[in-house]
Amino acid sequence: MFFGLGILRGMNITLMNFIRSYTRKRGSGEIGALTTVQYPEERLPEKEKFRNFPFLIYDDKPEDLRCVACDICAQDCPPRCIYIVKETDEAGKPMKKPAVFDIDFTVCMNCGICEEVCPFDAIFMDHEFEIADSDRHDKLLYHRDDLLKTNEHFHKIRPNDGREVDTRLAEAKEAKAKKDEARKKAAEAKAAAKAKAEAEKATEAKEDKPPETEKESDPQ
Amino acid sequence: MDQMFVNIKAALVGLSDKVFPDWVGVLVSIAVSIVAIALLGPLIMMYLTLIERKVVARMQNRIGPNRVGKYGLLQPLADGVKMLIKEDIVPRNADKVLHLLAPILIVAPALLVFAVLPFGRNMTAVDLNVGILFFAAISSIGTIGIFMAAWGSNNKFSVLGGMRSVAQMISYEIPMVMSVVPVLLAVGSLSTNAIVEAQADWHWFVFTPWGFLGCVIFFLCGVAECNRSPFDLAEAESEIIAGFHTEYSGMKFALFYMAEFMSAFTISGMTTTLFLGGWQGPLLPSWLWFFLKTYGLIFIMLWFRATLPRLRVDQLMALAWKFLLPLSLVNIVATCIWHFLSDEAFFTPAAFLVPLALLVFSYWGLMKLNQPYMPEKRVYPLVD
Ligand code: SF4
Ligand code: SF4
Repeated sequence: MFFGLGILRGMNITLMNFIRSYTRKRGSGEIGALTTVQYPEERLPEKEKFRNFPFLIYDDKPEDLRCVACDICAQDCPPRCIYIVKETDEAGKPMKKPAVFDIDFTVCMNCGICEEVCPFDAIFMDHEFEIADSDRHDKLLYHRDDLLKTNEHFHKIRPNDGREVDTRLAEAKEAKAKKDEARKKAAEAKAAAKAKAEAEKATEAKEDKPPETEKESDPQ
Repeated sequence: MDQMFVNIKAALVGLSDKVFPDWVGVLVSIAVSIVAIALLGPLIMMYLTLIERKVVARMQNRIGPNRVGKYGLLQPLADGVKMLIKEDIVPRNADKVLHLLAPILIVAPALLVFAVLPFGRNMTAVDLNVGILFFAAISSIGTIGIFMAAWGSNNKFSVLGGMRSVAQMISYEIPMVMSVVPVLLAVGSLSTNAIVEAQADWHWFVFTPWGFLGCVIFFLCGVAECNRSPFDLAEAESEIIAGFHTEYSGMKFALFYMAEFMSAFTISGMTTTLFLGGWQGPLLPSWLWFFLKTYGLIFIMLWFRATLPRLRVDQLMALAWKFLLPLSLVNIVATCIWHFLSDEAFFTPAAFLVPLALLVFSYWGLMKLNQPYMPEKRVYPLVD
């Protein structure tokens, strides 16, 4: 309409915000109310799907962690910040356990791919984000024992995922048990069949023995 | 209460007079004023940074600094320490002398202007009889400092910012001085003290039509003069990094900041002095009135900053040359009419309405002339 009317309107809006920032309650979500959360003292509730750094999960004792050192996560990690060395037994044979499992948190980009690719549900993304340190070379290179956390912790931070993973694992275990049983049965059956076959063969052999002996004795 | 600071100074001078010969008293009197201003300038600047951050934060629904000290009151000190311990970097190919001198040359005039500001009754450090002229002359020296900084940095962004700043300052200087002329006509003196005294008994010039318009023009030009948003083209972050102070760090950068805030204060103080009655006001001590009005204007500056986006260069120039300058010229005519019609009285209906009509008419005319070309809205008959 006239010069400056839009400016006055805009200034009215900022002024109302200024006044309401005092009159309205902080965090109430009303227009003009302050939205700041005073971080170290106050926190927003964590969301379950929030993720930042990975951790290794173990069920009962820290020794039997789920990770089998298959190296899949290390291969798939985009910035290649996982370093795994397999444990070896006395004979020098590699075991299904990591001796070294290092993640460089200065390099990790929180993508969560390690969690996705792990076939053994052994690595998951944590909610811990206050890991700042003044020494980026030693303190932010997390070793196997720093990364270990219990299944309970996982359930605490991500209840839904924890339940899902547990049922999946239980199913897998059951299936495996069934399969094992089936295999056992099959093996038994096979063994029985074999034994039977052998027995048959043996009887056959008995029957065929005379010529065989003949044959054997032939060159003599 | 009113004369508190004046009495303190008188006591100090009297003390030296008892012990030392007369001429020492004169020196003491000078030194007290200088020290007071040299302390006041930086102090005001320090807390202006805090006020600015707080106010702008509130307007954006944030809290603002509140960690250092209660309500963040020690934040300026923390900032100062940070600035002091920062590395002072001088570009290899910079003109070292200009690079060093520029911040000093910018701060000095900003501080000098404090000398003619009437902070209260009998509280003008130097009652120059050409006070306003001094103000106009000194405050435009800052431009040279800015261009020195830009040129000395040997950086194309700096030079761009410096050139913008020079163009802007020169353009806005003219309507600014023109808008002061009505006050000078009405008062008949260039002294800041005389101007304030002429506005006694609520005869603040802002209550007259020409005074109101002059106040708005002067204040807008002042905002442009000290490079504050929405006229901060010289340091437009999104286009030219930081403009003329791109290559400055540490305390030198802080000096630029200081100059900006001190001139924001002096511009507000000058607007108060010229149009808002200076330290005149009932009940409260005179210096408190001055600071109240000045901080009110500073609040408006911050309010601008939180509201308005930066102008384009052509819009900036158009506003100064095509709108503010003609309007301030008309304002001078309106003042003359007021002066002859009012016949020494502050308010007479004729003296009020005739200039008002003239100003409204010219405002409307200028607005029509300045209307940007708007193509007619196209209609597509076949579409609907
Ligand atoms: S965490 Fe998972 S993918 Fe990575 S080595 Fe261990 S078992 Fe393999
Ligand atoms: S979250 Fe991404 S970057 Fe971090 S360790 Fe896992 S795969 Fe690597």
